[in-house]
Amino acid sequence: MAKLKDLASMEDRLVPGHGMCLGCGIPLIFKIILRATEDPIIIANATGCLEVCTTIFPRTSWNMTWMHSAFENAASTIAGVEAMYKALKMKGRIPQDKKIKFLGVGGDGATYDIGLQALSGTVERGHDIVYICYDNNAYANTGGQRSSATPLGASASTSPAGTQSPGKLQRRKDLTKILVAHNIPYVAQASPGRWKDLYNKAKKAFEIEGPAFLNVLCVCPTEWKYDESQGVRLLQTALDTCVWPLYEVENGKYKINYKPKEKKPVLEWLKPQGRFRHLFKEENTWVLEKFQKQVDEDWEELNKLALY
Amino acid sequence: MSALKTLNGNQSIAEAVRQIDPDVLAAYPITPSTAIVETIAKFKADGMITGEFVCPESEHSAMSVCIGAASAGGRVMTATASQGLALMWEMLYIAAGLRLPIVAAIVNRSMSAPINIHGDHSDTMGARDSGWIQIYSENCQEAYDNFIQAFRIAEHLDVRTPVLVGLDGFIISHSMEVIQVEDDDEVKKFVGEYMPLYPLLDTSNKMTVGPIDFTDYYFEHKRSQLEGIENSPPVIEAVGKEFGQKFGREYGFFEEYRMDDAELCIVVMSSAAGTCKDAIDELRSEGKKVGLLKPRVFRPFPHKKIAEALKEMKAVAVLDRCSSPGAFGAPLFTEIRSGLYDYAERPRIVNYVYGLGGRDIKVEHFKEVASKLEKIAETGTVEEIYSYINLRE
Repeated sequence: MAKLKDLASMEDRLVPGHGMCLGCGIPLIFKIILRATEDPIIIANATGCLEVCTTIFPRTSWNMTWMHSAFENAASTIAGVEAMYKALKMKGRIPQDKKIKFLGVGGDGATYDIGLQALSGTVERGHDIVYICYDNNAYANTGGQRSSATPLGASASTSPAGTQSPGKLQRRKDLTKILVAHNIPYVAQASPGRWKDLYNKAKKAFEIEGPAFLNVLCVCPTEWKYDESQGVRLLQTALDTCVWPLYEVENGKYKINYKPKEKKPVLEWLKPQGRFRHLFKEENTWVLEKFQKQVDEDWEELNKLALY
Repeated sequence: MSALKTLNGNQSIAEAVRQIDPDVLAAYPITPSTAIVETIAKFKADGMITGEFVCPESEHSAMSVCIGAASAGGRVMTATASQGLALMWEMLYIAAGLRLPIVAAIVNRSMSAPINIHGDHSDTMGARDSGWIQIYSENCQEAYDNFIQAFRIAEHLDVRTPVLVGLDGFIISHSMEVIQVEDDDEVKKFVGEYMPLYPLLDTSNKMTVGPIDFTDYYFEHKRSQLEGIENSPPVIEAVGKEFGQKFGREYGFFEEYRMDDAELCIVVMSSAAGTCKDAIDELRSEGKKVGLLKPRVFRPFPHKKIAEALKEMKAVAVLDRCSSPGAFGAPLFTEIRSGLYDYAERPRIVNYVYGLGGRDIKVEHFKEVASKLEKIAETGTVEEIYSYINLRE
């Protein structure tokens, strides 16, 4: 494990000057992940906050090789880059000892929704790539529309709370589980609030041969509507309420990386966020209860899976 | 060694692929182009090609893989048809916008609905503004020859624009023909080594590819993207000539058949041009001065050259294997008619849509067109500017 001091002294590959919001979780995530290998990295970035905020022509925040082609295809784009690397290595047109890491990146819209098919195909084919989803629970780049990662009861602009609706009526899709079902070498859930854990998982993902997937919780003060100075505390609350468990599945074997000493009620996660404000009206109590029940059941199931 | 081989259209493309051996081949199977993808897969399984073969979960991903691979810095190809090309549509613009020299074999097929697997040009005509160079083939030999030339055109440093080669679904893709397959080494030599331009894999040269433009840059970038296709005509011409010198079959923007003293002309692309040639021979033996003009390159469209070839005709019939709902006429017709506008003396011109969904077009149909042209030439009037051939109404 690298020391924080050593990591801090590494050259930044995502440099300041980008236009991401105050308190945004994305730069935090990528500053950690991009330090988890010393090899050159090529990124294929899906359309979204990270892409738009870092590459407004003629400026770029990328002190590395980076590419964007469209919204739903970061996985297949990076698969193409990796395929060419393999081909040219085999044909002897690039040196045998040249190491490059291939990284596909997208938000939850690009990954859970529109790009799920391309991601599924890419990992099924076994490309030696890492895919990182920064999951901020919404289409944040376009003003906070619902995605299939938006939690039950959250008010999003296409699932707004109203006099006849308590916000999003459906629970989140469990994307991490879907990736586990692909039987790829490495799948993990992580959070930038636990930087060492995120660093270790990214390092493992880069080192493992074959596809690896990280689902990383990403705070979004703009769409979650909380005090942006409290992002890291909120990330800790996500772990302590078990709303976002940290775990990894390495070659099919589950391991939970963080277990709260005392599991806190989901109310502590929901209360500071404006997107859940309406849930505290009397008529929406049932949503709070349902939310807690689902979190409890998921946590129980995960603990069972981790027994084997 | 150069040899005569009996191959269908799909096999002819596959044979060219084997000889060229691109670095990355990414394709999703769809009728009637499936056999191209299957043959490539078998070549790879038997060690006959060294490139990476990627078999993605959709055509959208196939083109995305091509875009990633071409950006990485190597020679890339794909093959598809119809709905597959339509699913790639978003990525076609990005391939052209990023100036990536990807080559695609498109086995022309109709577009749903209703679903139909047979040949027409609705698929590639729908992609005509995507920025790709489009070359069409009459038969298996031309499909093979065009596909080889496509790499030279796409990869030329003045062009760096993707190229698609069309061949008609089933009519060509599944018809056996004796074709001249050139020597492997000679084909390799003709295509040459790939010259990478700003490859991502050169990680020492850090790059940001595909950033976002706002109103202050987008227009200039879109304008500069056009330079590739604007620079392509002399390249297309030179490559076609060089191919002729080397292999004995020269290519230009279009072919003229018995046009020397023609007064009436039928314009038709791809496989139907073969049938049309037989009709022209019969008409000529009856003493009728009818010729054929067969466009080969549809993008960039050779307006001036075609207008020059047609300007002295008395009447011209343009046959489209595609409709353009709500437009003044089908795509080939509107291009040609527009090209003739600047001439004070110009022929009467009429548009026929034929062969949608693979409907047959026969010698007798071309002869009917010729007799209608005779009438138009005689009276100087076009009664119906847009109509259909071999359609029950």
